[in-house]
Amino acid sequence: MTTSSSADNPPEIPKIERRLRGALEYLIAPGTIILDYFGVRAIMLGSATAALFRRPFRLRLFLEQMEFVGVGSLPIILLVGFFSGAVSAQQAINALRIFNQERFVGATVGISLAQELAPVFTGLMITARAGSGMATELGSMRITEQIDALSTFAVDPIQYLVTPRLVATTLIMPIMTMVFNIVGLVGAYLFSIYFEHVDLGQFTEQFTYWTDPKDYMIGACKALVFGVTLSVAACYQGFNVRGGAKEVGRATTSAVVSGSVSILVSDYFLIDAFHILWPYKS
Amino acid sequence: MNQPPTSTSHAALPPGAVPGQPGNPLAQRDERWQIRVRGLNKTFGPQHVLRGVDLDIERGRTNIIIGGSGQGKSVLMKHLMGLLHPDAGEIWVDGVDVVPFTAAEMSKLRRKFGMVFQYAALFDSMNVVENIAFPLIERYNLSRDEIMERVRDLLRRLDLAGVDGIEKKIPPELSGGQRKRVGLARALIDRPEILLYDEPTTGLDPVATKNVDEMIRQTADDFGVTSVVISHDMASTFRIADRISMLHGGKIVVTGTPQEVLASRHSALREFVETSGLVAPEEGGQT
Repeated sequence: MTTSSSADNPPEIPKIERRLRGALEYLIAPGTIILDYFGVRAIMLGSATAALFRRPFRLRLFLEQMEFVGVGSLPIILLVGFFSGAVSAQQAINALRIFNQERFVGATVGISLAQELAPVFTGLMITARAGSGMATELGSMRITEQIDALSTFAVDPIQYLVTPRLVATTLIMPIMTMVFNIVGLVGAYLFSIYFEHVDLGQFTEQFTYWTDPKDYMIGACKALVFGVTLSVAACYQGFNVRGGAKEVGRATTSAVVSGSVSILVSDYFLIDAFHILWPYKS
Repeated sequence: MNQPPTSTSHAALPPGAVPGQPGNPLAQRDERWQIRVRGLNKTFGPQHVLRGVDLDIERGRTNIIIGGSGQGKSVLMKHLMGLLHPDAGEIWVDGVDVVPFTAAEMSKLRRKFGMVFQYAALFDSMNVVENIAFPLIERYNLSRDEIMERVRDLLRRLDLAGVDGIEKKIPPELSGGQRKRVGLARALIDRPEILLYDEPTTGLDPVATKNVDEMIRQTADDFGVTSVVISHDMASTFRIADRISMLHGGKIVVTGTPQEVLASRHSALREFVETSGLVAPEEGGQT
């Protein structure tokens, strides 16, 4: 039996107050979780962006990350881009054939690639390849105290590790999206002309008529935003690992999941915003 | 920011003196004590790790902080270097309270310190030379030749120069002992005044442990640095210590020379010393 004196115990809270507090906490819990989720990432984004304008400027680190995110991801972007274009063309032709309008396949695939498929698929591919790599690398550095070691040398770990990854991913994403567009169109063209025997002139005429530079602008702007969201998601997860190898694995999974979800969710809002700015051609 | 006065004092904080106020002897550069910690408190959520730590680190000596696992030794060490901020308390380095320091001031202060991590914490993406040279590259605008000269000098002094192809090796290619030495070289390259070792002998076999002990002793003698070592290896501790402090229950419970510590009747220390096999267990230890 516990025999501690009343002086040791905190004053008892009235039952009604306890219940009210519990109910209030229950009601605001989802809000605080969401605010916390976005808040900590926004703080990291702010710190990394501020560090970009502070000395020293380590160009080598930026170039290394661009090589990792860009050149390293190029093969998978080429592969996925080509087949995404070909499959899109196949689906479009199947649908358009009902109305005997296969000639619109170039326009259909061109617009969907430029505005949707290229930025979103590029974002997902880079999240899976480079985002997971960033989370694993930073997580491993955290658990082996390499990030603490940076601090002991008076090096800001955010500036040294996060800023180059954020900037490299943000700059590389639109470039990779354009690469995806080009190979996607090549895939769609080859499939349409050589397998489905769509007329070459009609394919190119409809494509050039219906596809605008603004479609590519929308895709590039989305890619920039996806670059920020996926790199912040990956760096945050890796940078804040606590524990051992198991937690690094969990952080990598979380980085890929949260990066992918953030791309798909922000895509919905971005496309709405862009269509208000630049309405569809009618 | 407090500025150290020109006069020196050997006096400890007198009873009743309030740290941080005029006339506080801690606010003076002391020839004997380089770091003085007073009333350090740190909590992590519900966990109260440090509960008013008072600690003095002797200049130019090997000071060892012992204590069981989870007692907060690493947390205390991270406070000394400013990697963690205390909830309450003061840390005086050469007569200056560093707790209120801004990030920029703390960065400057860290140049006084070198830290050797438990598992060396070498950067995996860099080879041995790049690891050792890292603090110089980040802090100064030295030529490649100057950097290489200092790196090779350290490799020679730490008995690493004879290892075949050591300069180009990456951390996974090094043995445990070599990693520690490279970690030490990296900590020493910018000629720190204070060297912190975080459990340097953890995970090493007895021969490697003895070598690391000799390395710490040798480094203190050759480079004239103040060494602060956290350890739970009692054999190592008594081999190299000039001064030992025991952290237990969030406080320093015993402090003194190895002889004074061995003579202490504190129950936690007796248990620690006796289970290490250094002295025979005895009946009726007091607290």
